[in-house]
Amino acid sequence: MRNRLLSTMAAMVGLALGAMAGTASAADPIKVGAIVSATGPASFLGDPEKKVLELYADRINQAGGVAGRPVQLTVYDDGGAADKAASFTKRLIESDKVDVIVGGTTTAATMAAVPLVERAEVPFISLAGAVVIVEPVKKWVFKTPHTDRMAAEKVMEDMKARGLTKLALISEDSGFGKSGREQTVAVAKERGIELVADETYGAKDTDVTAQLTKIRNNAAAQAVLVFGLGQGPAVVTKNYRQLGIALPLYQSHGVASKEFIRLAGGAAEGVRLPAAGLVVAAQLAAEDPQKKVVTEFTKVYEEAFSSEVSTFAGHAYDGLMIALDAVRRAGGTDKAKLRDAIEQTKGYVGTGGIVTMSPKDHMGLTLDAFHMVEVKQGDWALVK
Amino acid sequence: MFAELLQYMLSGLTIGAIYALAGLGFSIIYNASHVINFAQGEFIMIGGMASATLTASGVPLPLAILIGCGGAMLVGVLVAKFAVERARNASTVTLIIITIGASIFLRGVAELVWGKDFKRLDAFSGETPIQLMGASMQPQSLWVVGCAAVLIVAIGLFFNRTLTGKAMLATSHNRLAAQLVGIDVKRVVLASFALSAALGAIGGAVVAPITFSYTEMGIMLGLKGFTAAVLGGLGHGPGAVAGGLIVGVAEALGAGYLSSAYKDAVAFVIILAVLLFMPNGLFGKRGTERV
Amino acid sequence: MQNILHGRLTGLLAMGAIIAVLPAFLPNNFYLDVAILAGFNAVVCVGLNLLIGYAGQISLGHAGFFGIGAYASGVLAGTYGWPPVLALLAGAVFVGLLAFVVAKPILRLKGHYLAMATLGIGIIVSIVLRTESGLTGGPDGMTVEPFRIFGVELYGERVWYWVVGALLFAVVWLSLNLIDSPMGRALRAVHGSEVAAEVVGVDTARFKVLVFVLSAVFASVAGSLFAHYAGLITPAKADFFKSIELVTMVVFGGMASTFGAVVGAVVLTLLPQLLTMFQDYQQIVLGAILMATMVFMPKGLLPTLAALIPARRRA
Repeated sequence: MRNRLLSTMAAMVGLALGAMAGTASAADPIKVGAIVSATGPASFLGDPEKKVLELYADRINQAGGVAGRPVQLTVYDDGGAADKAASFTKRLIESDKVDVIVGGTTTAATMAAVPLVERAEVPFISLAGAVVIVEPVKKWVFKTPHTDRMAAEKVMEDMKARGLTKLALISEDSGFGKSGREQTVAVAKERGIELVADETYGAKDTDVTAQLTKIRNNAAAQAVLVFGLGQGPAVVTKNYRQLGIALPLYQSHGVASKEFIRLAGGAAEGVRLPAAGLVVAAQLAAEDPQKKVVTEFTKVYEEAFSSEVSTFAGHAYDGLMIALDAVRRAGGTDKAKLRDAIEQTKGYVGTGGIVTMSPKDHMGLTLDAFHMVEVKQGDWALVK
Repeated sequence: MFAELLQYMLSGLTIGAIYALAGLGFSIIYNASHVINFAQGEFIMIGGMASATLTASGVPLPLAILIGCGGAMLVGVLVAKFAVERARNASTVTLIIITIGASIFLRGVAELVWGKDFKRLDAFSGETPIQLMGASMQPQSLWVVGCAAVLIVAIGLFFNRTLTGKAMLATSHNRLAAQLVGIDVKRVVLASFALSAALGAIGGAVVAPITFSYTEMGIMLGLKGFTAAVLGGLGHGPGAVAGGLIVGVAEALGAGYLSSAYKDAVAFVIILAVLLFMPNGLFGKRGTERV
Repeated sequence: MQNILHGRLTGLLAMGAIIAVLPAFLPNNFYLDVAILAGFNAVVCVGLNLLIGYAGQISLGHAGFFGIGAYASGVLAGTYGWPPVLALLAGAVFVGLLAFVVAKPILRLKGHYLAMATLGIGIIVSIVLRTESGLTGGPDGMTVEPFRIFGVELYGERVWYWVVGALLFAVVWLSLNLIDSPMGRALRAVHGSEVAAEVVGVDTARFKVLVFVLSAVFASVAGSLFAHYAGLITPAKADFFKSIELVTMVVFGGMASTFGAVVGAVVLTLLPQLLTMFQDYQQIVLGAILMATMVFMPKGLLPTLAALIPARRRA
């Protein structure tokens, strides 16, 4: 009886394997793999990232590719789960045999992929925020977004300028929030800012009035910093206004998307956060070197998707461009040469800032890349 | 001190009211068909997403809620007709997996139709907080609690005063006997799905201004609704309502006085404790097993 | 009797043969990786199937046991430098004890109340793992040391494939024997009707506890080894969704069929990888497949397919 069953099963497995193997393609494409969280809790970030990668791969191919070679993009959606990110990284390396990987929308996904790319020696450009990704430096791992540490520094710089020294922190229980919390605690110590409250909220919480009530009742607090991404910070902002807390409210760069303003509505007015020049493209000074790049990118993105550009879309753009620029300079896709070329990226003007990498710095951004912006009348305004 | 407690209670009751509606949805379907419908959360999602996206494109709010509600009811009936009814004789676990399949399917469709981003729905009557003895609440909370209360009373009247309601109640007590006295049991099952879907969709619409709507909003709300239904005693309507409020308030108090990270755990510890001493929930009737 | 014994052996041998030849058909490490993940899931599912399929007790919290095993290995072998084998055993013993302690009160519950209670336990475990970040690394999880035994480090997909293959073989063999033992027959009685079983003198409570503990220990061991293999463990491996996934695998493959549980685990581990070709339609297709399979094959994949084979040839 088992025989027919077995042959049926064998046929199924064979079919499955055939389908997984995918299709071979045109002559010598540059194989770019990507893992993004296009669905799940971080889709806020990953969905625009996916769109941008696909859009620009198409545009580049229509313009004749890179050094005459087309770009072949393979995108997988990890749904915000680190273990899925690891599994897809393996697939990109082993099965799709990509030349370079862009992605890891979240810090968790990135850190799950890191040991794999280090072992397989494949250049990897992460789109996630936490400082642990590039500190300590890992040979094959780079990243495009600003770090949480930089965000904390920028916020505290601004606090100092306003004469505020006592900060209440409320951070998300996600990887981004936890890392952000650690960096905030460390930076606060260095900069002489006193942390007077340290609350957390869940990434999917729909009500954080309980935690905010504690902060409201804390007489010492002079300003509040929220460290999180997605809808959580919007919920916090709404509850903050609901409770009538009058202290200055800071957010991290994890909400640098028009989505945040749209979700929080009027409650977002007056919120300050560090963000890349991209979100205030029109307000940048004409002589700003980023002006041209961000204006152009904003135009292309908004025409293609008729939705407003976010810094996350920009991170993906930067990642892809840095990778392809390195391919050009390395004169091919030899992985070791490609890695070296990425590390030698110098003066690349991207949406996140001006990137100059080195063997000690696999991100290549300075604090200047951040602009402090404030929400005014439903839009970002540069804080002068 | 008191203001703090009051603040926590207000938050707890608001979210608890939604859990109560979801729990009630679980109970109604359970009564009619002995199915635990894990797609209950998706009804909430449909209500929230439909009302947010429709109002954004200019449809007046009441009409948007009505359309969302109708859509959810249609989906509910389809799930009942094409999935649950066909597998009537399957085991309990199989039925659970079918409804889980339905919920994954519905989330996928919703993602395609509405996209993955969060949708905002303006609060029904402004966002100026209402101050109450040192605590403050969003006016929308009143809408949530008010709507939930009205719906719960309406459901109660429906089951006790109308013929259809009584037929549904009879079916839950004894399916075979109900069939013998001429009740169309199949239609009762369909009606129960439609009713639960409507409850969920309205709940989703009123809570959307507080929680935002997105395709995965139903997962946690659905799970808490199941928790509420079990805590109150499966199939016991008022029990599900009480269960929902208890879970909501326990969470808010847990977040306020214990630790916000463990607030979800608080609800589940309570349930384990209750089940330890009352294996059929707070108000559940003691079941006897037929051999 | 002779027939049952015969069928049991054939199945086991067939599975062994498939495990033995499969690597020859897998072109690269990615495929091996999928096979290994399927293997780990299968180990947990075989245990869970004893509980769901034979003892008739649902558990929506088994990922919690998997998670405890995984983190026991991660923390004890990593942070505290225990030998991995010892860490694995410690995790298994702890999970066994935990399961034993909660089994008595919990298994008194019926049907959906039991589902709720196990779900609660699973969720509490995953919340603790997510929150105690000092020990567990929080939501991002923690890295896990490689598995070393007698000074040899288990490393690479090739090696782990055989480890998991052997483990699965052993677990299936154990389950088949258990099912065919007097206790196994008692178990099937429990599923049929508890009251009836008790009337004829079967101590159903004891059996249910035993199976609950056993299935929890299977999950814990699989969790420990998985942690070492993956080198990374996150709380997501212990959460509610993982528990649901495991139950789905068991039911999908076929309740009360050990090989069904294996098939369910393999198919549902493979499916998400296959469905990537549907891009934005992935979820829809997955949901539709789940629904359709359960509606048209309520007994699950393997038993339904097996029933298609003419009865004459079965003897």
